Amino acid sequence: MDVPGRWKDLDHLLTRPGNVVGPGFEPDPALRAFLHDDCRVLCVGAGGLGCELLKDLALSGFGQIDVIDMDTIDVSNLNRQFLFRLKDVGKPKAEVAAAAINQRVAGVHVTPHFCRIEEKPLEFYQQFQIIILGLDSLEARRYMNQVACSFLAFEEDGSPDLSTIKPMIDGGTEGFKGHARVILPGFTPCFECTLWLFPPQTKFPLCTLAETPRSPAHCIEYAHLIQWGQERPGHDFDADVEEHMRWVYDEALKRAAKFGIAGVSYQLTQGMDNYMMYVGTDGIYTHTVKYEKDAACLICSSGVPLHAPASSTLQQVIDQLQRDPRFEGKLQSPSVSCGPQNLYMHGIFEEETRQNLQKDMKMLIGGSHAILQVNDKKLLAPLRCRLTLSDHSDLDAEMAE
Amino acid sequence: MIKLFSVKEKQKKDAAAINNPKQSAGELRMQKDMSELNLAKGTTISFPDGKDKLLHFEIFLKPEDGIYKAGTFHFDFQVPTSYPHEPPKIKCKTKVFHPNIDLDGNICLNILREDWKPVLSINSIIYGLQFLFLDPNPEDPLNKEAAEMLANNKAKFESQVQAAIQRGAYIGSNHFPPCR
Repeated sequence: MDVPGRWKDLDHLLTRPGNVVGPGFEPDPALRAFLHDDCRVLCVGAGGLGCELLKDLALSGFGQIDVIDMDTIDVSNLNRQFLFRLKDVGKPKAEVAAAAINQRVAGVHVTPHFCRIEEKPLEFYQQFQIIILGLDSLEARRYMNQVACSFLAFEEDGSPDLSTIKPMIDGGTEGFKGHARVILPGFTPCFECTLWLFPPQTKFPLCTLAETPRSPAHCIEYAHLIQWGQERPGHDFDADVEEHMRWVYDEALKRAAKFGIAGVSYQLTQGMDNYMMYVGTDGIYTHTVKYEKDAACLICSSGVPLHAPASSTLQQVIDQLQRDPRFEGKLQSPSVSCGPQNLYMHGIFEEETRQNLQKDMKMLIGGSHAILQVNDKKLLAPLRCRLTLSDHSDLDAEMAE
Repeated sequence: MIKLFSVKEKQKKDAAAINNPKQSAGELRMQKDMSELNLAKGTTISFPDGKDKLLHFEIFLKPEDGIYKAGTFHFDFQVPTSYPHEPPKIKCKTKVFHPNIDLDGNICLNILREDWKPVLSINSIIYGLQFLFLDPNPEDPLNKEAAEMLANNKAKFESQVQAAIQRGAYIGSNHFPPCR
C-alpha cells in the first residue's frame, strides 16, 4: 500500500554515510524496517510541541508510537495544536492526537495514554527505545530525566553499560525562544547536571507587594499571590483558564488605580513583554555556556565505587568510608541513606536510626549492590557511592591500588 | 559512540533500576538537610505524612526571649521536588499579631522569596524564622496595624502580644487565640 517513492528521502538518510551522523551509525537498508516495525518511541506530551513531534515521527518512518498526556483539549489550543478540531474540545489530547495520526498516516500505529507520567510504572518506560519530550514544565522534565537515568547501569570500572542507555530528546518552546537537546544518560549531561541553565523566576518581597507596590508587576503579583487565596479559597489558580486570568487582571487594575500606578495590561498579566528585537545583519545575539556532565550529579553520575566484605555491618561500612583516603578530611560524621531509606542519620533521626549500625548491610540494602547517598557537613552535596558487598580477593586488590 | 539501532538485541538484558526515580532530587537534598538539622531548645519538628516523606513537615517554634517569649508558633513546610532550586513554601498556622506575618499566615522573610539561594537550607530558614520573632521588623510590614503599633508604642505592642499568647486577646478587631 506504500505509494512509490514514499520512502525515497528517508532511504537517503538511512542507507548512506554522511558527515553529520554519529560515529556509531552504520548505513543499512534494514534500518527502515527496524524503525517501522520494531523501534518503539514514546512521545511525552501532546500539546504544541507534541503535535509537531507526532506528525514528524509518523512521517519519518516510525511505525510504533506511544503518546502520553494528562490534558484535555482547550479551545485556545486550536490555533497551533493542529491535530485537534473544534469538535474535539474537552476530549483527551493523547487520544485525539493518536486517532488523527492513525487516520492520516498509513501504516503507523499510535497508542494513546491519557494519564499523568507519574502514574506509569518504570516497566512502561522500559519498553521504548527512544523517549522524546514535548513538555512545558521543569518538574515534568526532571521527572522524565530521572526515569531515563534510572535504567542506567554501570560496568565495574564505572563506565556506563551501553545496553542500558535510554536516549531521550528534550525540546521546549516559550514565546520566540526554543531549545532541543539529546540526553544520553551516562554520556551527555543529563537534565539535572545543567539545571542551572534555568534562571530562577523574579520574585518580589511580600511586604512590597502588600504595602508599597511601585510597579504594574507588583499589582499583578499581589492579585495572583495574595488576593486569590483570600477571596477564592479552595480554588486552584490556572493560568490557562481565561476567567482566572481576567479576574487577576481586573483586581490588579483596581489595585494599580488605588496606588496610582500605570501600565497594568492584560498582556502583562499573561507575562509577556511586547517587543522582540532581531538584528539579522550581524547574526543574532546569543551566548555560550559550558555544557558538561556534572561528575557528582545525583541522578546520572556513576558514583564512587566502594567494595566492602560481604558480612559487613553498617557501622563497618561507615568506618571504611571514613578510613578511605579518597574522602580524607571530607567525612567527619557521615549519614548514609539508600534511596528513600535512611540507614544512619545524624541530626533529628539519629536516635531512631542508631540501631541500624550493628545490622548486616546486606540485609539493610536487600542485596549485594546499591547506590548509597552519603551526607556530611563537610560535603557540599551528597556523595554517591556504588557499594558492592563481596569477598572476592581481586576486588580487594583493585581497592588497594 | 552508541549504536542506537542495535539496542534491539540488547533489550532482553535485565536492567533492574538501581536508582529510584520516585525519589526526586529534592528528597535527596532533604536527606542532607535533615542530617544536619540542629533545632534550638524548645523547637520541635514533626512529619505528618511519615518520616519517609521528607517534603512535608511542621516546625513548632518557641522563642526563648523577646516580645514573643513563651509562645509556640506552628509552621507548615511544603518542600517542592525542585528544592533547593526553589525554596519551600511556608505558612504560619498560628494566628499571630506580627508586623511581618499576615492573618492568613503569609510570611515576609527575604530568604523565602527574593533572596532564596540553593546553598541555603532548612536550618537557615529556621534561623530566619527565629530571628523574625526576636526582632520583628516594622519597616517593611505585611500586617500594617502591627507594624504601626510596634513603631509608635512598643510597650503597648509587647503587652498586647503577651496577653494574646498567654490568654488569648482581641487586638483591634481580630481575636488571637492563646498559643502557649
